[in-house]
Amino acid sequence: MHNNLRRLSRIAFASVEAGAGIGTAVIEARKLVKRFGAREALKGVDFEASTGELVAVIGPNGAGKTTLLSILAGISKADGGEVHVPEGEVGWVPQQAALYRRLTVEENLLLFARLERHADPGASAEEMLELTGLGERRGEVVARLSGGNQQRINIAIGLLARPSVLLLDEPSVGLDPRQRARLWEFVSALAETNGTTVIFSTHDIQEAERYGGRLLVLADGEALFDGSPDGLLEAVRREASEAADRDFETAFVAFLHHRGH
Amino acid sequence: MRWLLLKDLQILRRSPLQAVLLVAYPVLIAVLVGFAISRSPEKPRVAFLNEVPADARVSVGTRELPNIGVNDRICARVECVHVESRAEAVEEVRSGDVLAALILPANLVNRINSLSTPFPNTPEIEVVVSEEDPVKARLVNDRIDALIAQANLVIARRIAAEGGKFLGLVLDGGDLKVLGQTIEILGLRNSARIVESLRPSLPPGDLRDSVDRVIRFTRLARNNLATGEPLLSRLAQPIAVDKEVVDGSSPPLESFAIAVAATFTLAFVVVLLVAGSLALEREENAFPRLTRGLVSHSALLTEKVVLGVVVGLAVTLLMLTGLALFVPLHWGRFGLWLVAILASGAALGAAGAALGAMAREVRAVSLLAFMVTLPIAFLSLIPSGAVGAALSDMIEIVTALFPFKPALDAMTAALDPAGPDLGVALLHLAALIAAYGLLARFALRRFAAV
Ligand SMILES: Nc1ncnc2c1ncn2[C@@H]1O[C@H](COP(=O)(O)OP(=O)(O)OP(=O)(O)O)[C@@H](O)[C@H]1O
Ligand SMILES: [Mg+2]
Repeated sequence: MHNNLRRLSRIAFASVEAGAGIGTAVIEARKLVKRFGAREALKGVDFEASTGELVAVIGPNGAGKTTLLSILAGISKADGGEVHVPEGEVGWVPQQAALYRRLTVEENLLLFARLERHADPGASAEEMLELTGLGERRGEVVARLSGGNQQRINIAIGLLARPSVLLLDEPSVGLDPRQRARLWEFVSALAETNGTTVIFSTHDIQEAERYGGRLLVLADGEALFDGSPDGLLEAVRREASEAADRDFETAFVAFLHHRGH
Repeated sequence: MRWLLLKDLQILRRSPLQAVLLVAYPVLIAVLVGFAISRSPEKPRVAFLNEVPADARVSVGTRELPNIGVNDRICARVECVHVESRAEAVEEVRSGDVLAALILPANLVNRINSLSTPFPNTPEIEVVVSEEDPVKARLVNDRIDALIAQANLVIARRIAAEGGKFLGLVLDGGDLKVLGQTIEILGLRNSARIVESLRPSLPPGDLRDSVDRVIRFTRLARNNLATGEPLLSRLAQPIAVDKEVVDGSSPPLESFAIAVAATFTLAFVVVLLVAGSLALEREENAFPRLTRGLVSHSALLTEKVVLGVVVGLAVTLLMLTGLALFVPLHWGRFGLWLVAILASGAALGAAGAALGAMAREVRAVSLLAFMVTLPIAFLSLIPSGAVGAALSDMIEIVTALFPFKPALDAMTAALDPAGPDLGVALLHLAALIAAYGLLARFALRRFAAV
C-alpha cells in the first residue's frame, strides 16, 4: 500500500523545485491581521513553513485556523502584515467540499485535471480514483455519496494541483479510520518524497501530534505556541501541571484554559 | 474554458426538470405573448333572432327597396347563434353561452316604413345583455352600437338614393310605377321647355307676364333642385371614411409577434441560465477553487455568457422552427437571425452575469432574474403612443438600459425587412455587453464573501 502511494505521488509530483532543500522557508507570513467588521480573526500572527514540513494548526472553534489558511491560499486578503507564498503552487483543500454535486466522481476529477492542464487528465483522474478508493463509484453523482466520500474527492481535487505547498483545512473530518490512515499516509509520502510542504488544521489533537512535525496553536486570532509536539507537551506540563499526567488532549484543554481561552 | 462549458452542459443535462422548465416555460410565455399580441379579438358570440317576415321590404314612398340581407350583414360582424324565440335568446345570454342577444321584432320593417308616413313610429330592435362582467358588457355595447349605426346608415343611404330618384323624376321626367300601373311624369325641364315655346306666341300683356314668372320659377327650381340630389346622399353619410382594408385575414402570428416570442424565450433562458449557473459556482464552493489560478474572473464570466448564448440560440431556433410549422418565415434571412440572436444573447448573458454576480445565491438570483426581466419585457412592449409623453420617455430610458428592447429590435429587424434598423440595435447591444460585462467583473470581486 505504502509503495503504491509513493509511486502515485512520484507520478503526480515529479518535479520538485531544484535547490529548495528541507529547511528553506517556502511560505512565510508576518504579523497577519484579518478583521471581519469589528471582530479581529487574526491579531498579528507570524508563521512560516519549510520545504517538506508537515505543520498542524490546532485551536478551538473560531480561533482563526480557516482564516489563516485561506489567506495563505490567496482566497482572502489580509488587512495587515505580509504573506510570501510561491505563486501558483499552493494547493488548497477547503473545509467545505468544493465539488460539483451534480457531476459524477469521475467527471469532477477529470474536469479539475483538465483545468490544471494535465497532459493526460484521464490518467490523473485514475490515480485519484485509486487513491480515494472510489474507483467503483466513479460513475455516481457526487450528491449521492456520503459526506466522508465527498470529502475524499474534495481532497483528491486539491491534490490534483500538484502543489509545492498543500493547505488542508480539517481534511480528516468525516473520514473513517481506514480512510484517515490512507490520507495521512499519502500526505506524509508527499512531504517526504516530493518535499511538499503540508499545512493542515485539525481538531484531533492526536492526529496533530502524530502527523504534524510542527504544531501551531491558535486561539482567538493569536498564536499561543509554535514548535514541535514535544515542545508543546512540555509547555502544557509546565503551565497546566494539574493535568500533566492526563492524556494529551485533556492537558491541552487545561493549557488553553490557563491561557484564558 | 471549454471544459467549464462542457461541465455546465452536463449539469444542465443532469437536472432534467430544471432544463425542461428553463426551456418550456419561456417557450410557453413566448407563444402566449405572441398569440395575445397578434390575434385580433374574436368575434363576440351573439344570439340572433330575426322575427321580421321574410318577404317584408323597406319601402320609401311607394317604392320597395330590394332586400338588404340583414341577416348576412349582422352575422358577418358577430358570431351568430340562431335562436327560435325570445325566451331562448334570453336563456342563451343568462347561461353565458353568448355575450348578448339581438332581436329584430316582427314589426321592425313596418315601423321603418311608417317613417315616411304622416304617423311615424320609431323602429326598435331589442338587445339583451348580461352586465355581469363590465368589460364584456362594454365590448358588447360597442359592437351593437356599431352594428346599429351601420344599419341606420344602410337604410339612410337607400332612402337617400330613392329620394334622389324621385328628385330626378321631378326634374327630368320619366315613368313612375305605382301599384302595377305606369304613370308618365313630365318633369320640370320638359314643363319649362313647353312653357318657353309657348311664350313667343303670346301677345304682350298680363298673360305673357304670368308666363314669364312661371319660366323664371322653373329655371330657379331646376337649378336648385339639381343641387338637392348630391345633398341628399351627403345627408345619409355626412362624413366619408377613407378606410383602406389591406387584407381581410391577417396571419395568426406576424413578424413582430414572432420577434416578441423569440426575444422572450431568449431573454428568460439566457438571463436565468447565466445568472443561475454563476451563482451555482458559489453555492458549490467551487468559485474560490476555480479562480485560484485555474480560471480568471473574465474567463469565467465569458464562459457563462457563452453557455447562455449556446443554449439560448438552440432554444430560440427550436422555437422558430416550431413556429415555422404554422407561419411562413423568411428563411432567406437566417444569417441575420443568427447575428441578432448571438448579439442579443451575449447582451442578455452579460446582464445575467451581472445579476448573478450581484445576487450571488441561486434562489435570490432566480427570483431577481424574473423580477427584473418580466417587467422590463412588458415595458418594452408598450407602444410609444399608448402613454403620455413624459412616461413614454421614462419607459424608453428604462428599457434602453436593459438588453430586452434592443434585442427585440434586433430580432424584429432580422425577421422582417420592414423592421427597425439592425445596425442601431446591434450597436446598442454592443454597448450593453460592455457595460454589463464591467458591472459583472466589478461585482465578482465581492462574490465569494458571505
Ligand atoms: N466571512 C466572515 N465574516 C465574518 N466573520 C468571519 C468570517 N469568517 C470568519 N469569521 C470570524 O472569524 C473568526 C475566525 O474564524 P475561522 O473560520 O478562521 O475559525 P476556525 O479556527 O477555522 O474555526 P473552526 O474550528 O470552527 O473551523 C470567527 O470568529 C469567525 O466568526
Ligand atoms: Mg475552520
